[in-house]
Amino acid sequence: MPPDSPPAAIPAPELPTSTPPGLFALFIAFAKMSLAGFGGVLVWARRGIVDQRRWMTADEFNETYALCHFLPGPNVVNLSVVFGSRFRGIPGGIAAFAGLLGPPVVIVTILAALYAHFGEIDALRHILAGVSCAAVGLLISAVFRMMMPLIKRRDLVGFALLAAVFIAIGLLRLPLQAVLLVAIPFSIAITFAVRRRAAA
Amino acid sequence: MNSEANPISTLVWTFGLMSLFAVGGANAAIPEMHRVAVDVQHWMTDKQFADVFAISQMSPGPNVLIVTLIGYSVAGVAGALAATVAMCVPTAVLAYYVSRLLVRSSQSRWPAIIQAALVPLSIGLMGASGLILALTSDRTWTAGLVTATAAVLAFATRLNPLWMLLAGGCLGFAGII
Repeated sequence: MPPDSPPAAIPAPELPTSTPPGLFALFIAFAKMSLAGFGGVLVWARRGIVDQRRWMTADEFNETYALCHFLPGPNVVNLSVVFGSRFRGIPGGIAAFAGLLGPPVVIVTILAALYAHFGEIDALRHILAGVSCAAVGLLISAVFRMMMPLIKRRDLVGFALLAAVFIAIGLLRLPLQAVLLVAIPFSIAITFAVRRRAAA
Repeated sequence: MNSEANPISTLVWTFGLMSLFAVGGANAAIPEMHRVAVDVQHWMTDKQFADVFAISQMSPGPNVLIVTLIGYSVAGVAGALAATVAMCVPTAVLAYYVSRLLVRSSQSRWPAIIQAALVPLSIGLMGASGLILALTSDRTWTAGLVTATAAVLAFATRLNPLWMLLAGGCLGFAGII
């Protein structure tokens, strides 16, 4: 996750600073953000929605993103639907979703076809091996960035949960559904108990 | 490749379910994708999985499009579309309904508690992604060094990640990795 993740407490939203976009504008805006978004679209989504087009204030954007982050699935995909439907109902959600996914899916499908034909060429294998090493490094740095708030808070409970999931999925290679069906209720119960004790 | 079931329906079922369990986004679901695609269904090898991860990170668009690449390798263009739709639509529909629900009951403190409870889980999942991808990609000590360097640079600087992917590609082309 990028460093600009939203804070836990979100102030009340203000009015958007510009007129609501139409369906075509939503499609084009999300297509542009998506195609600009090498290695993650979120930064571009914030820039496009808040800074350039002023369709949302920064607080509204954080609030929408926080919602999309706590829901499962690809966060930016969720964001496009929630954002589009907020302005233009279900058609708006579909327009933003189609803009976000349509053009890059065409590109990635072409890349997949090229890989299927040329993936065995030595030079390409070497290049991809190099890229994937660097990409893994980026992912690991994102994990440490996400851990920083827990480290600063000395959140031992959070670390225990984190470690348990890491071991279950990364080392024991257990199925995701089984692990989460246990971990999610457990984590919610612990978080609730910790907050209640902190409030008391 | 799985010969008994129709591959398209296997893709739809696999990614449709995964979509609803991908707490923390697409990168958090990578261990599950690896488990299904490499270990269970034998759709691809470890090396191919590392390759499609690399391609998905280099391509424009959300990182979730790694499922498009997996889908293509299973069943061509139809597989690519089926995997993408299955991974993105269920959660999008859920997001639509939950966002409408929360607009009405924004005073509740449960969303904040659930969110706080999910954060450590999604970091653990992402950490597992990092581990599994490092095991599939970093087969030599130079490769491990490139991963470590990219991790430190991305953590400590605001360098555009694309440069690091490019540098990795060049080192790979030069035969260093």
